[in-house]
Amino acid sequence: MTASERGIGASHASGTLTGRVTLSRLREQAIKGLFFCCALLSIGTTVGIIYVLVTEAVIGVGDSKAFFQEVSLVEFFTETRWTPQFADKHFGVLPLLTGTLMIAGIAACIGLPVGLASAIYLSEYASPRVRNLVKPVLEVLAGIPTVVYGYFALVFVTPHVLRPIFQDGLGFDVGVFNAASAGIVVGIMIIPMVSSLSEDALRSVPSGLREAAYALGSTKFDVCLRVVLPAAFSGVIASFLLAIARAVGETMAVTIAAGQTPDLTLNPFRSVESMTAFIVNVSLGDTAVGSIVYKSLYAVALTLFLITLAMNIVSQAVLRRFREVYQ
Amino acid sequence: MSQVVVESPQQLAGRHRKGRAFEWACLLATSLGVLVLVVLLVGVCVQAWGWLDGDFVSNYDSRHPREAGILAGIWGSFWLIGMTALFSVPIGVGAAVYLEEYAGQNWLTRLIQVNLANLAGVPSIVYGILGLTVFVRMFGAFPDGKVVLVSLGVATLKVPIPFGRTVLSGALTLTLLILPVVIVAAQEALRAVPGSIRNASVALGASRWQTIRLQVLPAAAPGILTGIILALSRAIGETAPLVMIGALTYVAFTPGGIESPVDVVRDPQGVVDAPFDTFTALPIQIFNWVSRPKAEYQHVAAAGILVLLIVLLILNGTAILIRHKYRKGIRW
Repeated sequence: MTASERGIGASHASGTLTGRVTLSRLREQAIKGLFFCCALLSIGTTVGIIYVLVTEAVIGVGDSKAFFQEVSLVEFFTETRWTPQFADKHFGVLPLLTGTLMIAGIAACIGLPVGLASAIYLSEYASPRVRNLVKPVLEVLAGIPTVVYGYFALVFVTPHVLRPIFQDGLGFDVGVFNAASAGIVVGIMIIPMVSSLSEDALRSVPSGLREAAYALGSTKFDVCLRVVLPAAFSGVIASFLLAIARAVGETMAVTIAAGQTPDLTLNPFRSVESMTAFIVNVSLGDTAVGSIVYKSLYAVALTLFLITLAMNIVSQAVLRRFREVYQ
Repeated sequence: MSQVVVESPQQLAGRHRKGRAFEWACLLATSLGVLVLVVLLVGVCVQAWGWLDGDFVSNYDSRHPREAGILAGIWGSFWLIGMTALFSVPIGVGAAVYLEEYAGQNWLTRLIQVNLANLAGVPSIVYGILGLTVFVRMFGAFPDGKVVLVSLGVATLKVPIPFGRTVLSGALTLTLLILPVVIVAAQEALRAVPGSIRNASVALGASRWQTIRLQVLPAAAPGILTGIILALSRAIGETAPLVMIGALTYVAFTPGGIESPVDVVRDPQGVVDAPFDTFTALPIQIFNWVSRPKAEYQHVAAAGILVLLIVLLILNGTAILIRHKYRKGIRW
């Protein structure tokens, strides 16, 4: 709903009654202009992010060469070693990418089903009393800083959950820093997001659909899985994509729990380095501005930005294209 | 039993069993969140037991775990969040007012809206890179660095150009980070104010800005305030962008040298210096302690986390109180 639809129309603001420019009219225009600038700042932020990433990573400004003018795209995406801080420098983003995707994958395996199941419970089964109890808890869970989740992974998940099960029980070698503990806490972190977004989608399915299904002899189980869930499909998928994008961009928990070993591995019990963790670890040390290591920050950040942006755009497209519209 | 029923009673019972199992599975998933929260809170409290005391909140960080404290982090976060609020509230509310009250339905408005949704999904570390380049280094345009002096009577403003690794750079970065959240929350609050309020005000001869300032904003204030506080409590926990812009990890001073609320009144120069001082923050200190190998530091980290969670609790509690208090006064 825009301002004009709500009733205060253009005739008031543009002053068509008289053409006089009065002080108060000038002030009205100045205030509108000021607010417009505030709104434009959000566009400026996006332009700023893209400009900063592109000028350091793709096309250099002035004398400085950008990252991809010194390292080829082919090397960046096919080389399997990532050693920008060593004397023997290799710039293959694959170890960072697999580290990131493995952690996001583990997080998705935990966060998506649990989040969706709790959304179904809250939307279809729970009494208002239970809902009012559980929803604030999920909000608190969503509000806990990520550095706390990192601590939780390191001090609780690895020694008290992973080690007893996988090391003592099944004989794997579980490192102090490992991808699994990071994936688990990131998975927990995205539960509230999946749950609340999916619940909104499920609740917006009209109750007529549910009643029709009951009238045809469905059990509650059939109604949930065969009627409500398909009807809310677009919203659920959109929430999944947003949650995975969040897991890919998650930084502190992953930096603390997964360590900083950029190895190309699929073993979840070993230390890996995600793209975000690399950026943090480099900026914690002393890196000369303009060095190739410094520029590699921007190249990695650009890759990360493009991945999360793509997932956000796809999620919005899913919502628009596949939304079931009910009267 | 008529012939059209093809389902035997056993099959029906089976379907019901399946349904009950499904319900239990969903209930289990829902309680997992509650369980994790309980384990996390209890775990942190147990680890912090005996470590969170008066000395902890009044000491600086130390190489000896028993003497380590979080004073620098508390004051760093105070200045950081105070300044973030100073920047993000007017800009965020202004942008929301423009989008809800002034903007027409055109491509630019749509672009801003879509852009806001996308900005909210950008990882915080990318904002850190933006802040590092734009505020801390200013694109390297001032390689020598200079200090601009502004006299304010009781004190002198010393603004470094580029801003460097200061509270100011951190606050500006966090402002950009939480602006989309503030704007969207404020938009929702403005949208909830009924159009009849605006019509009545305009009908009585008020200008558009008078309508907004005297009718719409006061009516939307509780909603806007709640959104702002929630956004600020997100900013308090943010670590990654601050690490990027170079918040220090080992600090034995507070911004501007202000160590107690009394100093704020006694030392105007300190207050003016604080925004341009280097700093650390609560989550940065926690991160630093978590990363230290000595096992005792895990207890120090837990105590730090407890302080951070208490601050968050106070903020969120305030948000709820404000919402309650204001809501009583409004009826339509």
